[in-house]
Amino acid sequence: MLEDFFLRALAGGIGAAIAAGPVGCFVVWRNLAYFGTALAHAVLLGVALGFLLDIAPILAVFAICLLLALCLLLLERQRYISVDALLGVLAHAVFAGGLVVVAFMERLRVDLIGYLFGDILAVGVFDLWLIFATAVIVIAALAWQWRNLLSITVNRDLAAVEGVPVERVRLLLLFLLAAVIAVGMKIVGMLLVVALVIVPAAAARRMATTPEQMAVASTVIGIVSIVAGLFSALEWDVPGGPAIVLVASAIFALSLLLPVRGRAGRAD
Amino acid sequence: MPRPSSSDPAQAAPLVEARGVCVRFGRLSVLDNVDVAVRPGEIMTLVGLNGAGKSTLVRVILGIVKPDSGEVRRAPGLRIGYSPQHLHRDQILPMTVRRFLTLGGPATPDRLAAALDEVGAGSIVDFPLAEISGGELQRVLLARALLREPGLLVLDEPLAGVDVTSQSDLYKLIATIRDRYGCAVILVSHDLHLVMSDTDTVVCLNRHVCCSGQPQSVVRHPEFIALFGSHLADTLAVYQHMHDHRHDALGEPMAAESVAAQDSGHTGRRPC
Repeated sequence: MLEDFFLRALAGGIGAAIAAGPVGCFVVWRNLAYFGTALAHAVLLGVALGFLLDIAPILAVFAICLLLALCLLLLERQRYISVDALLGVLAHAVFAGGLVVVAFMERLRVDLIGYLFGDILAVGVFDLWLIFATAVIVIAALAWQWRNLLSITVNRDLAAVEGVPVERVRLLLLFLLAAVIAVGMKIVGMLLVVALVIVPAAAARRMATTPEQMAVASTVIGIVSIVAGLFSALEWDVPGGPAIVLVASAIFALSLLLPVRGRAGRAD
Repeated sequence: MPRPSSSDPAQAAPLVEARGVCVRFGRLSVLDNVDVAVRPGEIMTLVGLNGAGKSTLVRVILGIVKPDSGEVRRAPGLRIGYSPQHLHRDQILPMTVRRFLTLGGPATPDRLAAALDEVGAGSIVDFPLAEISGGELQRVLLARALLREPGLLVLDEPLAGVDVTSQSDLYKLIATIRDRYGCAVILVSHDLHLVMSDTDTVVCLNRHVCCSGQPQSVVRHPEFIALFGSHLADTLAVYQHMHDHRHDALGEPMAAESVAAQDSGHTGRRPC
């Protein structure tokens, strides 16, 4: 019989995979992987601030990720430093800041490994509520703005001419990414959370011929990875987060064996 | 074929008019006091070297970039069809041509088919967007612009990535579309001297408007036909630049005195 903590871990992981699946597609379509990594680096600072202000760490992490995303959006408008370099500077600055703040807090030090690598078996009932609320909000927001999101992915200027509020849609996507990272870090930790977002999406590519199929496939692959990873962790007594990411990566590697569906049969 | 522009486009109120437009990125001046106007049915070709501010001016006209000073007026209710210079089409995004066309707004299958037939791209509708050729992409972009039933078509370097033999076909197609729908066209090109023969006005940009005027038909020049063939010569015209100033090595306009000194007394307009 499965223990309660294991069932909570399964449910939490599946909830996170549902939120991460379609958001991950936009991350790979729009080359936002490094952006996601930068947001994940803010996790530690968020956790520390959560303890200082006595609010749930997951909420504090979400708030700090969102703040960082806003900073990046504003700083992106200047033209002196490339966005790439800027992400590198900010990501490591907030990460170092997080480490320093945590060092001041005796009580938190024992949990550091848990936040770096995730602690899926420690998912509580409150966490489950937050994870599923996030999943519902993310899916609803994506469905609401789906065409606009796709439109700015293909070409921002073309979308703007056709009346898409480009800046607001971009902000929404970063908001959703910050939310996914905040819940995903509970499952696989800040060092692997970006993998939870991009690996299932990348693995889904060859199984799809439309953006929607890819989003669904990405979600399914995420769920399969969570379930298979957790049972592997149980079976062989290895950490859950890394096991989940390994399963997803294996699915990605297998997906490369699938044929590429191109303009086959075209005479030219 | 009817030519809406031949009924003296100078009389009609402009669809878009930019006056005294200046755009700076940081300390770099990209556009300096630019005036352009495009009237109904008119084809305007915007030429200039790389970095001359062509795409920035286009983005000002489209309303994406706000000028630091100057004003842009658009005719009320003007619908613009836009074909961007670069499109992010990556294999990672599974998207067919059909899907791409409906991203701009819902379109019935009939309208979709009509737009694709118009640009001669009906056969590639179910191909992945990432795999069509440069020339096919330009036709698809035109179809997406046409679906908006535009009063103004803005085409940023529509010949980019198009092989030479297809280039004249594309120019003919653009001219046909203008004639059929009477929409105005702003065409961006980095070719300073050969422009589309149906062009009504050429504007040469180098951060400011260097000169503007009408192209000369080259169809009858036997040497040109010998060089390019009559198929190509039909669609191209030569633009003779009339600059009243010169640019130094950095592209900055030079003061009139120093130009005069260099030219030992020649004044007035001269070809560059």
